[in-house]
Order: sequence, then C-alpha cells, then structure tokens
Amino acid sequence: MSARSISWFRFSSPATFYHLAGKMVPWFSAIAVILIGVGLYMSLFVAPTDYKQGEGYRIIFVHVPAAWMSMFIYVVMALWSGIGLVFNTRLSAMMAQALAPTGAMFTFLALWTGALWGKPMWGTWWVWDARLTSELILLFLYIGFIALQGAIDDNRRADRAGAILALVGVVNVPIIYYSVTWWNTLHQGASVSISKGSSMGEVMLITMLIMTFGFWAYAIAVSLSRVRSIILERDRETTWVSELPEMQVQ
Amino acid sequence: MAMFDAFRAIVLRDLVLAMRRKTDVFSTLFFFVIVVSLFPLGIGPEMNTLRLIAPGVVWVAALLASMLALERLFATDHEDGTLEQMILAPQPLFVLVLGKVAAHWLATGLPLVAMAPLLGLQYDLSVPALEILLYSLLLGTPALSLIGAIGAALTIGLRGGGVLISLLVLPLCIPILIFGAGAVEANVSGLGEQGHLFMLAALLVLALLLAPLATAAALRVSAE
Amino acid sequence: MSVSEFLDMGGYALYVWGSFGLTALLMVLEPMLLRSRRNATLRRIGRIIRLNREVRNES
Repeated sequence: MSARSISWFRFSSPATFYHLAGKMVPWFSAIAVILIGVGLYMSLFVAPTDYKQGEGYRIIFVHVPAAWMSMFIYVVMALWSGIGLVFNTRLSAMMAQALAPTGAMFTFLALWTGALWGKPMWGTWWVWDARLTSELILLFLYIGFIALQGAIDDNRRADRAGAILALVGVVNVPIIYYSVTWWNTLHQGASVSISKGSSMGEVMLITMLIMTFGFWAYAIAVSLSRVRSIILERDRETTWVSELPEMQVQ
Repeated sequence: MAMFDAFRAIVLRDLVLAMRRKTDVFSTLFFFVIVVSLFPLGIGPEMNTLRLIAPGVVWVAALLASMLALERLFATDHEDGTLEQMILAPQPLFVLVLGKVAAHWLATGLPLVAMAPLLGLQYDLSVPALEILLYSLLLGTPALSLIGAIGAALTIGLRGGGVLISLLVLPLCIPILIFGAGAVEANVSGLGEQGHLFMLAALLVLALLLAPLATAAALRVSAE
Repeated sequence: MSVSEFLDMGGYALYVWGSFGLTALLMVLEPMLLRSRRNATLRRIGRIIRLNREVRNES
C-alpha cells in the first residue's frame, strides 16, 4: 500500500472524521450563507425582467439549482454507497445515509417550484413534462432508499442493503429519464416542456451558478453535520465518544 | 454442465413447491382479474373510453399483481435455511437466483400473460391489439419478476415487507410499464409497435444480465 | 421600485414568493432539526454513560 493510500484511509475512521467534519461544517455554512445571499439578491434585483414571462421566470433561480442538486446528490449517494460496499468502510455508508434526506428535500423543492412556475405559465399546477416526471420518480427512489434503511434495525445490513438499492437506482436513473422523455414526446407531440425560457442571458447564468454553488455548500454543511449525529448514534458505546468535550457537559 | 443442472433443479423444485400451494398462484391471478374488472365500474361502461385506457389498465394491473407475488419468493427459503445452502452452493448464486425467478415467473407471470387477452376482450380491444398485448406482457412480466427479485432479496424478513417491496421496485419498473402499455397503444393508433417491443426486449435483456447479480448481492447481505 | 411593487412581482407574487418562501423555510428548518437531533443524541448518550458509571460504582 503506497504511503498516500494509507493516509487516505486514516480519514475513514469515524473518530477522526467526526472532528474533521466538525471543523468543516462552520466553513461550509458560512460559504452557503454568503453565496445564497448574493444569489438571492441577484435573482430578485439584478436579473432583468424576462420579456415573455415577466417576473414569474425568477423562479428558475431556485427551481433549476434544486433540480441539479437533487440529481447530483443521488449520484454522490450512489458513489459513497459503492465505496462503502467495495472498501467495507462504515463511514461511507453513513455518508450516503446522511445525504438522502437532503437529496429528497431538494427533489421536493424542485417539484414544488416546478409546479408553482407551471401554474402562471401553463395554467395548470402539474405538467406531465419529461423532466418534472423524472424528478417525481427520483423522489420515489429517495423515499425507497430512506424507507429501506428505516426498516432494517441492524446497521450493517441497513448500510449494505441501502448501498445495493442506491447502485441499482443510479443505473436506472438514465433509463427512466429517457423512457419518460420518449413517453412524453410521443403523447404530446410538441411537448410543453419547461424550457429555460428565453435564451440564458449572461447575468441569469451567473446568478444560477451562484445559487447552485450556494446550494452545494449548504448540502455539504447539512450532510456533514447529519453524519456527525449518525456517527455519535452508532458509536455511542465507544470510549472516544464518552471522552468527547461536549459529552462532559451533559 | 453443473450450472445448468443446478438451474434446472431449482426451477423444477420451485415449480413443484408452487403447484403444492396452488392458492398462491391463483390468488395472484384473481387479483389481476379483479383489478382489471374494477376500472369499468369506476370509469363507466362507455366503450370508447374503455378501449382507450385498456392497455394502461391491464399493464398496471399486471405490474401490481407481480409485485404482490414477490414477497414469498425468498421468504420460505429464508425461514427453513435453504437460502443459506444456496449461498454456500458451489454454483454461482446468480444462476440459482435466475432459476428461482424463472420458476416464480412460470408460476405467477405466465398465467397473467395467458389471462390478459381474455380480459382485453372486456375492453373491446381489437384482435391485433390483443396479440400485441400478449407479446408485450410476454416480454415485460419476466423483466418485472427479475427487477422485483432485487426488492424481495433486499427486504427478506423485514416487517411490512410486501408494501416495502413495491415502494422500492415500482419506480424501477416504470420504463417497462411505459413501453409495454405504449406498444399496445401504438398498435391501436396505427403508429406501429415494433419500436416499443424492441425497447421492451432490450430492457428484458438488461434485466436478465444485471438483476440476478444485484439480487445475489442482496441475498448475501440479507442472509447474514 | 417601491416596496409594494417589488412585493407584487408583476402579478406573480404568489408563485415567486411561494417558491422562494418554501425554499427558504426548508433550508432554515433542516439545520434546526439537525441541531435538535444532535442535542438529543448527546443527552441520550450522556445518560447512558452516567448510568454505566453508577452501575460500576455500586459493583
């Protein structure tokens, strides 16, 4: 084992990662607050009014980043699950478990903002658009993952079963997306899809990227703090937990 | 040839077991018939609408019926320990899994396929449409059983197993539903159903290749 | 751009503020839930440690 990989595995022990994550959470929270603050200001004030959709189009500054995050988090979840299965490291599975609720939240947000955007533009709350439908199925995949992990008491089996489901799911995501797109274009002909509205102006693209990076920092901060709680819950009988400074306070 | 003998042995064993407990086989079939017959009562006897919704209704009912039968796929073997023996067997586990799923499909999937055209008549589907319905189900139900086997293997011995399997597996079966129901609809609307049937066959091949591997891994995880 | 004009969002107030509002709400709610979960976990483990200590002292 070359020196580099040995040091790499040092971080995979929950004890060291607990302290490492503890240091990282405040940083990422600060980055998230700053980026989202700037992004919000730009999306509400700086971005010009869209000639076709008026002010309503501003919803894409929340809808698109949330949709991107929901898919990105699912892939990262499957990545951690894969690593957890291959290297048999408990921490990777804990990381996947920590990411799932945040991913599900972003998926729900993408659906909610998609519906709220569809209402003024197309008069109906729900449009069976290919991307919205795939987003809905992605929400079912998240719920399936969380339900499976919740139904298994033994942590080791829960991690590995969840990992298999996440990997099977990530293989299916592209298949589901393309079959839904095929289904959508077939039935509606020229489909009423939630396109990006007018071509992306320079300012709009920058705003959206800022919001996306803000959501990214937020997701990292939240999942890191959730993984710290999971580590505590799973290692509650260990000595290093009992010697924790915050434990003396109790 | 050991692998194929093991495969054949598992299939024959499971078919014999299934034939002993005929009630399970018929319960899935009757569930399918009842669900399909419910829709005209809900939507109304007007033939035009029924003909329009027939492919979707029959396919969704077939999907739900095959989910129903999945729970018992590994449960009995898990309880009496044969599952451990299968995991320890010299033959690769995914071959044995393939055998079990094949037997499960023959016992529960095939009757659905045989019954579907009969139910299609209730919905006044034309004969060519019924023929396509038969082919699409013939291609689709094995894939449903294969993907469903992953969910069954993951949820062995869990409380609320039946509902949990459907929750895990239904999102994964959506492409099969889309192309299956789409094939019949394409035939009825004269659009031509080859494309849909080819996609369905592609999904079946994909499921045949990948699903047993995932199921085998899930079995090893659950049986520990 | 007066405040009321801004709030009206060109007639799309309900939809724009509905989207931004729920996003903000959830992204504030989740960290708070996490903090309460962390405190609950710490208290629970603290109690377990104290119980073990009492059992050890008695034996």
